[in-house]
Amino acid sequence: MPERTLLCGWGRTAPTRACVLAPEVADDVQRALAHADARGTVARGLGRSYGDAAQCAGGVVLDMRSLAGIGDVDQVTGEVDVGAGASLDSLVRATLPSGWFLPVTPGTRQVTVGGAIAADVHGKNHHVDGSFAQHVAGMTLATPTGLRRIGPSSDPELFWATAGGMGLTGVVTEARVQMLRVETDQMLVDTDRFVDLDGVMAAMEHGDADYRYSVAWVDCTAALGARRSGHTGRAVLTRARHAARDDLPPPDRHRAPSPPPSTWLRAPRRVPPHLLHTLSIAAFNEAWYRRAPRHRTTELQSMWRFFHPLDGVADWNHLYGPRGFLQYQFAVGPGEGAVVAAVISELADRRIPSFLAVLKRFGPSAPGPLSFPVPGWTLALDMPIGPPALRACLDGLDEAVAAAGGRVYLAKDARLRPELLDTMYPRIGELRTVRRRVDPEGVLRSDLSRRLGLDRGLDRGLDRGLDRVGD
Amino acid sequence: MLDAFGQPQSLVVLGGTSDIAGEVVRTLAQRRCRTVVLAGRDRDGLDRSADAARAAGAERVVTVVFDASDVGGAARAVDDCFDAAGSVDMVLLAVGMLSHQRDELDVERTREIVSTTYAWPAGALTRVAARMSEQGYGRIVVLSSVAAVRVRRANFVYASAKAGLDAFSIGLGEALRGSGVAVQIVRPGFVRSKMTAGLPDAPLATTPEAVARAIAAGLESGAPVVWVPGVLRWVFGVLRLVPQALWRRLPG
Repeated sequence: MPERTLLCGWGRTAPTRACVLAPEVADDVQRALAHADARGTVARGLGRSYGDAAQCAGGVVLDMRSLAGIGDVDQVTGEVDVGAGASLDSLVRATLPSGWFLPVTPGTRQVTVGGAIAADVHGKNHHVDGSFAQHVAGMTLATPTGLRRIGPSSDPELFWATAGGMGLTGVVTEARVQMLRVETDQMLVDTDRFVDLDGVMAAMEHGDADYRYSVAWVDCTAALGARRSGHTGRAVLTRARHAARDDLPPPDRHRAPSPPPSTWLRAPRRVPPHLLHTLSIAAFNEAWYRRAPRHRTTELQSMWRFFHPLDGVADWNHLYGPRGFLQYQFAVGPGEGAVVAAVISELADRRIPSFLAVLKRFGPSAPGPLSFPVPGWTLALDMPIGPPALRACLDGLDEAVAAAGGRVYLAKDARLRPELLDTMYPRIGELRTVRRRVDPEGVLRSDLSRRLGLDRGLDRGLDRGLDRVGD
Repeated sequence: MLDAFGQPQSLVVLGGTSDIAGEVVRTLAQRRCRTVVLAGRDRDGLDRSADAARAAGAERVVTVVFDASDVGGAARAVDDCFDAAGSVDMVLLAVGMLSHQRDELDVERTREIVSTTYAWPAGALTRVAARMSEQGYGRIVVLSSVAAVRVRRANFVYASAKAGLDAFSIGLGEALRGSGVAVQIVRPGFVRSKMTAGLPDAPLATTPEAVARAIAAGLESGAPVVWVPGVLRWVFGVLRLVPQALWRRLPG
């Protein structure tokens, strides 16, 4: 048997071992799918999914990082053909000097194009520009029934089931991405501080439409007496647009946009188990809040500082220690802002520390049945594993989110109660229909799909072979 | 699959009729566990445990009968359980037979206790380790005892067998490092249960519910050794160093 490797997600919880293959061309992927055994196969990029989406215990994981070719940007349309294993970092390095930026960027550039499609990632511009797959003009998808070229108008069912489909409809090998024209590498940023959640939410509702990018950081910590003094829910709102050439000081106007700086710090691999705990997290939140100005407009900031402040530190997930951490991200409808407030106060009441809670308004959904963003609010919270109340508390939050018609983000999930999945993603049947068509043998599966019962209904596949693991 | 808190969705219990096993099943079924395979000697007892598991939330419950005095049959029993469950997130090994002073110097009785408490479990764990390695993940929870840490006169046959199993499990956990499979050893003190019915309580006696809670918490923390109650870790840290002449005179 080939060498097997222990894999985990960004949150470093629930590692499992799989045979890792590194295809170099699309045909290799196709061959791997054709020869997959019953334990299944899933693609993996840079491992930035927080949970178990890019793992396949006992099966085969395709390390896609070698399919990283980047074509030339069409200088008229802004379209570029990219290998699925190319990172957004390498893509933007290639295209920015000629004035093309990522149409959608999550909080890190260290995700692959294939992963960005599989999770249908969103960024600070979702309320204006939608999610990543909405900027994909077409892609090549390796499925167990053959290599397919698909797009929004050619096999749209398969295309949209793949957008957010967590790699369960096939393996993206290449995509044509529509880039965004920019004049500079600078952002014009407006920053506002709010003493409470109501204030920031009202400002976002009324003002977001005037900005391409908008995101708020909310203080969810309750330690250091923050709850008593009413700090829980205080927020810093940053909104921005791309700076035009004329917004820059004259000497900088004719400089070509420059690519991001490389990583300047690496987190230590071993840290004490409780480095990021209640007190340090509260102190960090305090500093973050104090650092922000009360109100400041049109500050010039580099794109990299604005979009990807954490990319300067490699492996920062190791700071959470050996037990790892969770990111809990949910979305609820525009009229369900009360759920956001309830979640924040519940965590504060239970003294569950959370780093950098990020609040954002989503615009209209993409057509994909599993695409996470729905119009309304989304809140993302990083939490170390450790507080005894955390497990049951999150189960309770799930119920509240589901009852409000909301959902959690599968690219972040590592612990959802599977029974809630159909409530949160009522169109999940469409994914199953597509999977039955392109993957009748049930080859594509992951730890996430097993854990959440996403394979249920694909009965030829479900646990076939698991019954005879020892053979 | 195991979630980020180490909570299983499918569970195999070897020794499925014990009080502690019943409480563990109940606790985990109230969380994520929907598939439970209960293996044991007593068919009627297994059926009762299966009903309890369903009542707690398990959807698929299967029973498997085995005889722990048949050491050669351990691998087959484990295979039966795995084949019934599909993929197995967690195995709880709760097989054992308590000895009493009347068992001393009875060869047949000693053989039975050692077989049930050490030899069969060691064989079964070996097979469990192989099946879980193949899966690429899993948790093995082995019910040991504080009796294994320092053997007492009152139940030395049982205690020596548990000591063997405890040591075996430590070694197995080391052997499985990097495989995705983790071993957790549980060392309860005196547990008020069917097995200890009629015996006087020892100091710091605990209950099957408390043991189950500690096991579920241990799954979350990933602790390689769980003591119940937790203070016994420190108590036995001292007691294992006490001279035999003093140890002999201690109560309990």
